[in-house]
Amino acid sequence: MARISRAEVERVALLARLSLSEEETDRLAREFETFLGYVDTLQEIDTAGVVPTAHPISLPTPTRPDQPAEPMDAESAVANAPEAAASAFLVPKVIDTEAEG
Amino acid sequence: MSDGIGTLHELRAALDARKTSSVEIVGRCLRRAEASHESLHAFVGLRATAALREAEAADARRGRGEVRSPIDGLPVAIKDNMVQAGEPTHCASRILEGFVSPYTATAVEGLERSGAIVIGRTNMDEFAMGSSTEHSVEGPTRNPWNADRTPGGSSGGSAAAVAARIVPAALGSDTGGSIRQPASFCGVVGIKPTYGRVSRWGLVAFASSLDQIGAFARTAADCAWLLEAIAGHDVRDSTSIPEPAPAYSGALRGDLAGLRLGLPKEYFAAAGADAGVLSAVRDAVAELERAGAKTVEVSLPHARYAIATYYAIANAEASSNLARFDGVRYGHRAAGAKGLTEMYCRTRSEGFGAEVKRRILLGTYFLSAGYYDAYYRKAQQVRTLVRGDFERAFGVCDALVTPTAPETAFRLGEKTSDPLTMYLSDIYTVSANLAGIPALSTPCGFVDGLPVGLQILGPALDEATPLRIADAFQRITDHHQACPGGSA
Repeated sequence: MARISRAEVERVALLARLSLSEEETDRLAREFETFLGYVDTLQEIDTAGVVPTAHPISLPTPTRPDQPAEPMDAESAVANAPEAAASAFLVPKVIDTEAEG
Repeated sequence: MSDGIGTLHELRAALDARKTSSVEIVGRCLRRAEASHESLHAFVGLRATAALREAEAADARRGRGEVRSPIDGLPVAIKDNMVQAGEPTHCASRILEGFVSPYTATAVEGLERSGAIVIGRTNMDEFAMGSSTEHSVEGPTRNPWNADRTPGGSSGGSAAAVAARIVPAALGSDTGGSIRQPASFCGVVGIKPTYGRVSRWGLVAFASSLDQIGAFARTAADCAWLLEAIAGHDVRDSTSIPEPAPAYSGALRGDLAGLRLGLPKEYFAAAGADAGVLSAVRDAVAELERAGAKTVEVSLPHARYAIATYYAIANAEASSNLARFDGVRYGHRAAGAKGLTEMYCRTRSEGFGAEVKRRILLGTYFLSAGYYDAYYRKAQQVRTLVRGDFERAFGVCDALVTPTAPETAFRLGEKTSDPLTMYLSDIYTVSANLAGIPALSTPCGFVDGLPVGLQILGPALDEATPLRIADAFQRITDHHQACPGGSA
């Protein structure tokens, strides 16, 4: 089983947009090893040529007529926003502050 | 517990005989919910005013002879992860604090259309991630049979509310056992229908290829009524099965003659489960044989890989689904963040609990470059093999019977420090989600005063057979009538 470094946990945390404390990072690095060791038991199984299951009940992708319907009004759509102006969601400034992309 | 709420069937009969009213029934449910709040904590929110108003309307309908369905005017609870217009939904998470839904889940619409009255939202593990209802920002729910024990999870509030006779029925959701395991721990009936049988529209997504809404009640016949109200095709869920809700009640004939029950040998291995649990389940199988069923041993050779398969798939899908909680459109937002990325990171770190973060991180890892094939795709391939195991088994039997959980209700705090051990509590339930097949748990005995659940699984689309078996079992046994004494 591969050792999971703190740097690896930090890399994944950034992908998941989570910031972790030092203590959380240490704990998660240990837990990752345990879990990955457990999930690695799947490697025992020969799955060559096995078609992956994305959904358990096979249904054709449904289609429907492209008919306009009444959408949710903008006021309701932003009613739960932590910050909104008129019918827009407000977020912190994006340009010049977005370091990681 | 003389003031305990009756079953849906008992309440229907009392209403039809004009011995009571919806207002009286709903009022009793609300009072029981409030009285048990400190000791049990099954509910995270009640809709007292709205529920009593709806009960008045139901009484008026009945007075005019306009009863909409067998559950018209009867109270139901819903898990805190399905939305109802104008009502809060928090998924027991800080990150959804303050959220009030602008729309109603299809399953909840089904209840409303049938005239059922939602009295409140039940406690759960945050985002349905857990097996004990301890991972709730609102604090844990306790087991009505023993306050030192968990009710199971993640739909522990719904199971406890039904077991404590606060409400006759409740909705839950089941991604890996979250209806069946708490049903087992609390001594009630809980059914997860076939994947796609009940629309997921308005159910806060955890793992979209596994999630399924289902029902809790004290009898199989009550569960049939609830499913008839919530099942059926919905164009708003592209994975919804394009068939109307089957008439389940008609299948409950009380007769098992000629039915073939498969006993998966991997689920009865002595090393896997508590001896008392296995003994209660074997006794239940013997009762079913006396009622006319035949048994046959079957094998599910990939059963031991189910938990690993499940956690790779469920965590990957959860990491993707929970990306939407970013502090922009709803819920919690961290104060004073200097840029967008910092706002996202701090909002999510403040808003999610430890178990949810753990699963998001693992899921993100499984889906990240270089690991996708080794974990997520591999698990999807093993999922195909698990489905194949069930298809072969259902070639020689009509239903499978197993323990629901390897043990009875464990103690609060017993497994919170060891997440992998907590995950193994779902060892007998996750396979039904991987295969998409219907499964239920029904009470089949007690070990040291704690309920044991019998799991009954049917082939895809066939909820009727497990319901029929559970109903027949309840006609010849009384485990489901036992009532917890210490609560409320």
